[in-house]
Amino acid sequence: MLSRTASNIYWMARNLERAENITRLLDVTHNMALMPNSKGGRQELLAPLTITGRLDQFHERHQQVSADALMDFFLFDELNEGSIYSCIQAARGNAHSVRDNLSSEAWESINTTWLELRHRRQKGISHQGVKGLLEWVKQRSHEFRGAAYGTMLHNNAFHFMRLGTFIERADNTARILRVKLEVMTSQRDNNQAIDFYQWNALLQSLGAYEAYHYSYTGGLSARNVTELLTLSAELPRSLRYCVGAIMNLLSAIEGNQGLAAKRLCAELHARLEYGQVEFILDFGLQNYLNDLLRRIHTIGDEIHRSYWEGA
Amino acid sequence: MTKIQIPGPEVFDEMLHGDGARAHYQAYLDWLQKTPDASLEQKRLEADTLFRRFGITFNVYGEEEGTERLIPFDLIPRAIPHSEWVQLELGLRQRVTALNRFLHDIYHDQDILRAGIIPAEQVLTNQQFQVAMMGVDLPGETYAHITGVDLIRASDGEYYVLEDNLRTPSGVSYMLENRKMMMRLFPELFLAQSVAPVEHYPNLLLDTLQCASEADSPCVVVLTPGRYNSAFFEHAFLAQQMGVPLVEGADLFVRNSCVYMRTTTGPRQVHVIYRRIDDAFLDPLAFNPDSMLGVPGLLSAYRDGNVVLANALGTGVADDKSIYPYVPDMIRFYLDETPILNNVPTWLCRKEDDLAYVLENLQQLVVKEVHGAGGYGMLIGPKASRGEIEHFRQLLKQNPSNYIAQPTLCLSTCPTMVEEGIAPRHIDLRPFVLTGREIRMVPGGLTRVALREGSLVVNSSQGGGTKDTWVLEGAPC
Repeated sequence: MLSRTASNIYWMARNLERAENITRLLDVTHNMALMPNSKGGRQELLAPLTITGRLDQFHERHQQVSADALMDFFLFDELNEGSIYSCIQAARGNAHSVRDNLSSEAWESINTTWLELRHRRQKGISHQGVKGLLEWVKQRSHEFRGAAYGTMLHNNAFHFMRLGTFIERADNTARILRVKLEVMTSQRDNNQAIDFYQWNALLQSLGAYEAYHYSYTGGLSARNVTELLTLSAELPRSLRYCVGAIMNLLSAIEGNQGLAAKRLCAELHARLEYGQVEFILDFGLQNYLNDLLRRIHTIGDEIHRSYWEGA
Repeated sequence: MTKIQIPGPEVFDEMLHGDGARAHYQAYLDWLQKTPDASLEQKRLEADTLFRRFGITFNVYGEEEGTERLIPFDLIPRAIPHSEWVQLELGLRQRVTALNRFLHDIYHDQDILRAGIIPAEQVLTNQQFQVAMMGVDLPGETYAHITGVDLIRASDGEYYVLEDNLRTPSGVSYMLENRKMMMRLFPELFLAQSVAPVEHYPNLLLDTLQCASEADSPCVVVLTPGRYNSAFFEHAFLAQQMGVPLVEGADLFVRNSCVYMRTTTGPRQVHVIYRRIDDAFLDPLAFNPDSMLGVPGLLSAYRDGNVVLANALGTGVADDKSIYPYVPDMIRFYLDETPILNNVPTWLCRKEDDLAYVLENLQQLVVKEVHGAGGYGMLIGPKASRGEIEHFRQLLKQNPSNYIAQPTLCLSTCPTMVEEGIAPRHIDLRPFVLTGREIRMVPGGLTRVALREGSLVVNSSQGGGTKDTWVLEGAPC
């Protein structure tokens, strides 16, 4: 397929996944912000800003970190490239320029999302409530995925789309894990109540709360949460799952391109597949995640080089 | 029942005649009169929502980048009796054949110039004449693979050709989407009457493009300027319907005089480019060096016969308004036939006598730029203010050869849904003619409608809308 088309489809999926990820994060933040400060509510507000690396940009626009300012910044602020509005706008732009490669139902789904999002933005947040807006974004994301899975040919275009989804998702999971970890280790007083809510929030923002309780008996522990989010073969947002999906997609894509990406990906996947949580914790989760993020970025760069710059 | 405003006696209305309907519209009018207002209004809203959701939009230049607008779609179809269409089709075949012969001739032996039928300087000094095409042999001697001929019907009930669009005629996607919408909204109408289908147009187009190349299994692409172009929807639509890649200039490159596209599996050769980019932007090495839309080296690959452009380079010279008056002569010269379709009488302002006449009668005439399109840069005498007329008088005196003038033909009307109910609005017709091994077209074409009361400008960039066009088989006439 055309390199530019592959690139647009890949970025469409990355932008959509980014919108969904920030939605999940905001949803949890919104809940946590309702907590009394002593349970870490204030800290929680900072999380979306640090995870996405937009703390400075936020402060240019807003003096104080408040729940309202944060929601505004991440929902509808068009100057914030990481806002849901900007991500969906970019995704719809990608989709528009390659609409002939999407099924009409997939295209109509994303186009409708964009049209309705603009409408909702005009109406303003207070009119509809944060919770309802976030729910809606998640539902639209599910709908698009359903339309794409159910109506598109599962060919190269489809593979590039999923490749974008999983690269973005792996990046997101690693970032969230890294930031949460920092927050929690900085709280020296080892308050168990705060810990509980923090781990809880982490699992919620990756849609893994139920999965955790299904997989482990007993309460929340750092060991188990880390294991689930990095090494689980079944959780669709775990690092191992995402990297495995990327590896399979790369080999499903037609042609002999992308050897470097395939090699790096297989190597990384082996580390995760045969990895043990005790080793990760001994090595230091922070270091482990930094290394992993670097590797994912390199794979992303290699995809760029071999599929859209190679021809 | 919706109130239907009766057109005045001075115009030709496609549906209404005196008190009643023309025979081929009787069944439709009966249905319309039985349909409640509210139901029509609801269908109209439904159509709007659907068009927006499908993203069937066009971009308007001069507005904020990426502003997408809907082309207003009118629910009342324009119907043509089959017998009338048969005549039109014959005329269109004849005309397009002659135009292709003309293009081949002027880029080769120039018989028509030597015979003195058309003044040589008219052709050779024309901005649209491409010297680079001299002596280049094209497969099948086809220059205009896709032609959109604009027809109007005047008050005398006769069809006239207003212009031949031989460069990158657009609008066919609306023809197809309008039909789809009508069948969705009013299935009962299609059960009751036999409306000639148009849905196979993309198949005919793909076949025409494939036949244009001598390669074994030619790779066809659609070349678009990109998603901010006014007709981007159509480019994407046609590529999708034909199942061929939609490319931008940067997706193509030329190596060893062959054209390739950049794919995820490496370069792939391209044999036919259905290009929706003007000549001047096709190749920055040969034409406009600032063009970011084109492909460097494309012209030399083309001249070497390694790629087919549809339409060919340099077709613009034949649809230029200063060449238009000679089309009937071309038909007589090349085909030795009597022209079937009428031309509108035209004054060429570069001729002294014609200019004098035009300057004297500006109030009655339509003045157009020779290279103009899209309804821009024209004067409609009877509708113009005194200031506008004086402005054009100056323009004409400064640069007479840039203008032609025609009598103000009153375009026929068709009942159309407007705010006050249903009222007559002026319309035209653009059938699409495909030239491959044979000439083919689907019955009808795109009907454009000027939505403002009394307006004669049907272009979508000027607030025009569209209607579904029905060729009614077995209809009485």
